[in-house]
Amino acid sequence: MRFSGLRVLKEGLTGNKGWQPHWRDPEPKPAYDMVIIGGGGHGLATAYYLAREHGLTNVAVLEKGYLGGGNVGRNTTIVRGNYFLPGNSEFYSHSLKLWEGLEQELNYNVMHSQRGLINLFHSDGQRDAFARRGNAMINQGDDAELLDRDGVRAFLPYLDFDNARFPVYGGLYHPRGGTARHDAVAWGYARGADARGVDLIQNCEVTGIDIDGGRVTGVQTSRGAIGAKKVGVVVAGRSSQVAAMAGLRLPIESHILQAFVTEGLKPCIDHVVSFGMGHFYISQSDKGGLVFGGDLDFHASYAQRGNMPMMEHVMEAGMTLMPMIGKARVLRSWGGIMDMTPDGSPVIDRAPVEGLYLNCGWCYGGFKAVPGSGHCFAHLMATDRPHEAAARFRLDRFRTGHGLMDEEGTGSQHNLH
Amino acid sequence: MRITCPICGARDRREFYYQGAAVALDRPLPEAGAQAWDDYLHNRDNPAGPTRELWQHEAGCGAWLVVARDTATHEMLGAELAMTAREGA
Repeated sequence: MRFSGLRVLKEGLTGNKGWQPHWRDPEPKPAYDMVIIGGGGHGLATAYYLAREHGLTNVAVLEKGYLGGGNVGRNTTIVRGNYFLPGNSEFYSHSLKLWEGLEQELNYNVMHSQRGLINLFHSDGQRDAFARRGNAMINQGDDAELLDRDGVRAFLPYLDFDNARFPVYGGLYHPRGGTARHDAVAWGYARGADARGVDLIQNCEVTGIDIDGGRVTGVQTSRGAIGAKKVGVVVAGRSSQVAAMAGLRLPIESHILQAFVTEGLKPCIDHVVSFGMGHFYISQSDKGGLVFGGDLDFHASYAQRGNMPMMEHVMEAGMTLMPMIGKARVLRSWGGIMDMTPDGSPVIDRAPVEGLYLNCGWCYGGFKAVPGSGHCFAHLMATDRPHEAAARFRLDRFRTGHGLMDEEGTGSQHNLH
Repeated sequence: MRITCPICGARDRREFYYQGAAVALDRPLPEAGAQAWDDYLHNRDNPAGPTRELWQHEAGCGAWLVVARDTATHEMLGAELAMTAREGA
């Protein structure tokens, strides 16, 4: 079934009776060439690119709940390629390019909207840091423009420019940044993988990883044993638990990250905007709700809900930056479980068990990485060589100290990111 | 969340600094080798359930605490002075 304007018109005129499920609901086979644990954005994208780029279709994605029910459905939907450090820079650039062709490729409306992203700065020092970041982005081949105060005012007239404590000095503008419909990304990849023969198996919790002589032979699940030559672990949020089934301890601590949404409003915030002097960033969804978030609660948590201190901080920061949002009523808040690594950057690498591959540690930035992560992880699983865009996402960088990517410059330690 | 400091009593989470897993109480010897230090600095059990962590009552008495807590529910299971916990270990 292909989606098109004509199809929508035809279905609309004939009672919408011709739509079909977007993917099958198959029983698990006794064995596959490859098993992906985790049916979120990254896992589904991996399965899609295994089939699309490498012709590997004897593949199953095992999901303990329903497809896209984890962090891909719990984020603030921002898509950007504005990283600074080598390693992150080329990877997120690669991912952003995949985003830009995604809807045509998947024949699926993921509502990717490159509405522009503006990181505000509030001091001379911060301006210098953002100028440097912008130069790094341009050197990577991406787009960045340093806006002065008037430049920001032209885009964001509603800010409190002359705030006594944190006046706005300017902003780094990333025109290709924006948002996407998060669920649709998971669904689009699921449909694309399924259409190429990948089995997407829901309500199938992995309970053990079978290892024989240092080599993966398959997995135990709530729906029986499934053999596999290669197993990819793509379960950010629960990586430590699944890795423990293979006897591994990962450099990951799980933290809670909160997000908030208001009632639907008429269009008023046209970009993605981040405050430079407190943790607050915001965009407006196509439905009209203001979607905003802040920093981690800064303690280990699997609760998928946050605490009052960070909620209060986010509200205060929002009111400081754009007092108008005080009139909007918050509808709900929620939390996602973040795989936090010591340096704040992810891991796409082989595990120290033959045939086992790790895709984890996405910290608070996994959504924008979905296409790049799937693409690079599929490359790694299919060829046993890292994709050049993700070659620095090594698991051993913490042990060796070589190639740490501490984007915030706070130090490579668990409680600092 | 409120943490019951053995010295000050129950206080708001905002008064405390979070250090992380109480693994820090078992610092390896300098010559213990790269693997021991990697485990100490980076690798974590990261349990979804009861855990032991180091917190400091930064805006209170300044004491370092070992806090027992459930990461799945945010329930506090107890807190003791890190000094005592260490001696008991």
